[in-house]
Amino acid sequence: MSDMTDTGGPVLAADGTPLKRSLRKALRRQKMRALLLIAPLLIFVLVSFIMPIGDMLYRSVENKIVSQTLPRSTQALSSWDADSGELPSEAVFAAMAADLKEAAEQKIHTRVGSRLNYENPGMSSVFRTSGRKAKKFDLENGGPWKEQLIEINEDWADTDVWRTIKTYSPPVTAGYFLNAVDMRVGPDGAEMRPERERIYMNLLKRTLWMSLLITFSCIVLAYPVAWLLANLPTRKANLLMILVLLPFWTSLLVRTSAWKILLQQQGVINDVLVWIGLVDDNARLIIINNQFGTIVAMTHILLPFMILPMYSVMQTIPPSYVRAAKSLGATDWTAFWRVYFPQTIPGIGAGSILVFILAIGYYITPALVGGTKGTFISNQIAFHISTSLNWGLASALGAILLAVVLVLYWAYDKIVGIDNVKLG
Amino acid sequence: MAKLPPYATTGQRIWHYTFLVICGLIFFFLIAPIAVVVPLSFNAENFFTFTPEMLRLDPDGYSLKHYRDFFSNPDWQNAMWNSIKIAPVATVVSVSLGTLAAIGLSQPHVPARRAIMAILISPMIVPLIISAAGMYFFYSKINLAGTYWGVVLAHAALGIPFVIITVTATLVGFDRSLTRAAANMGADPVTTFFRVQMPLILPGVISGALFAFITSFDEVVVVIFVGSAKQQTLPWQMFTGLREQISPTILAVATLLVGVSIILLTVVELLRRRSERLRGMSPG
Repeated sequence: MSDMTDTGGPVLAADGTPLKRSLRKALRRQKMRALLLIAPLLIFVLVSFIMPIGDMLYRSVENKIVSQTLPRSTQALSSWDADSGELPSEAVFAAMAADLKEAAEQKIHTRVGSRLNYENPGMSSVFRTSGRKAKKFDLENGGPWKEQLIEINEDWADTDVWRTIKTYSPPVTAGYFLNAVDMRVGPDGAEMRPERERIYMNLLKRTLWMSLLITFSCIVLAYPVAWLLANLPTRKANLLMILVLLPFWTSLLVRTSAWKILLQQQGVINDVLVWIGLVDDNARLIIINNQFGTIVAMTHILLPFMILPMYSVMQTIPPSYVRAAKSLGATDWTAFWRVYFPQTIPGIGAGSILVFILAIGYYITPALVGGTKGTFISNQIAFHISTSLNWGLASALGAILLAVVLVLYWAYDKIVGIDNVKLG
Repeated sequence: MAKLPPYATTGQRIWHYTFLVICGLIFFFLIAPIAVVVPLSFNAENFFTFTPEMLRLDPDGYSLKHYRDFFSNPDWQNAMWNSIKIAPVATVVSVSLGTLAAIGLSQPHVPARRAIMAILISPMIVPLIISAAGMYFFYSKINLAGTYWGVVLAHAALGIPFVIITVTATLVGFDRSLTRAAANMGADPVTTFFRVQMPLILPGVISGALFAFITSFDEVVVVIFVGSAKQQTLPWQMFTGLREQISPTILAVATLLVGVSIILLTVVELLRRRSERLRGMSPG
């Protein structure tokens, strides 16, 4: 303790350790405690959420099925030159026969067939018909396999079939991603698909375009309401706020079903239009199962997400600025446009990014009121997961969508800060 | 905008009232779709529009038959009970873990705070269809797909961002000298937490819990993929109902759900006003 009074030497804490070290220790302990509190949740989110996302990303490039089901043939094919124009040697055919026999015995030959069918339509039937016969192959003295296989299915004489198998034999592939951007592996590397087969890029463009339209209509509708709420006395504003918060809290399905019912041809909106004579009874408007339906319903659903951030920004703008502008001779419009509006831009930005992020991932509402023309990329992902079972393609489309969202999320974090998200 | 100054010109008056009308129309757009569902659910016919009897306010035009159908139909009842079984458990998981983590995150020195925060908020930002796809693939691998706990786990993950956001917001206004005072007087950390900190941040925790509850209760995309027919929840049943044979029972369910959201909204608003009053931010 006597050291403490010395002018030289380090300052010591009560227990005799140098103060610096003691403070550092305390800080470290504080950090550890904070991390320990966070750890359970972090592990939970990593396991239940981040790992699934990682699994999906892995699936978008994973391609073990070909080399695992056809191990001998893929190895034998590695020495074959796909551009030679000649069929592979008898050894490759023999390897294929052995692989097919084994795969057919395990009943997995159709799976590799449908995998390769995504890349080259027709492969599925090649494997199905050959697999059926393959069970009876006598590998020891059944040859020559080239003639045998071609007899079973003449497509085995097509170099394209072999090229597809060779192209997709590595354990990872960019095939799903190429497919997701409407490209495919042709003889000279990646190429665009023919015009009529290009689906996904158009769908992505449509998703982005419709989300932009929805964001824009949300801005237009939210701005006056947010302004009114921010400038009314608290009591009245709180009352009107209920009209914004009730839709916000109401189930998505309830709101979507409400729109489905309202927009039907025999629905309330058409009934009212017929009743006031704007529309003839025989010419009822078709406002559902198209893009219009999706945009109206989604604007309604996402509007509170725009109003709330705008409102919280507008609340902080002192009214004296506009008054000062007016007293300096500005007209109402100039005072609004040059003084008030620039101050509300952070609110518009926050709301727009939020609405846009939410909009491009929507699935339920477009599926119910969008028909075929008003669906989003999410609907195509869902289709590939549950109906076409092309999980690789679904994952690749999901990865692209995720990339778009993460870029926006990053921008949102930079502009607004995720800590500043407000709810209700 | 509350009142027009007495010196306003005619043009300003006209604009003022036009503006109010525009705002009125937007409020109408916000609330009308929800409001329309309620009377339609008492329709005596199987129509989705107002019958002439209903417009004449004839009592014969109204009935409770869609509600009776909801409470007697085994499919709907099953769905309702599934929702009731899943949402509260998911809420408990996300609130207990989320509150602890929020307290950790609000400590003054947290390494990699931004990154951790970004990860914890991400379930709210990632499109549901992507979460659903990933969870479906991954949970199938670990045999959780199609089970009750799989759905609970997935829903808990989706509710966590809401708990984190609301609880950290409450903790911003929390006076840390109170916990120090408690420790000073000999309370151990657990006692300090339950006797001092918890009562003060409880409003934030409850609103977080309500958000997490409604997230799970309304969720449909993830449960469709992760769950099996045994876990069919109310929103899922509504989704299939709207897709296939649309029956007016959906309107009765929708009305009941609107009731639930009104209750939740009221509780959250009361809590918010209480905490604002405590902090002296709002007159009342």
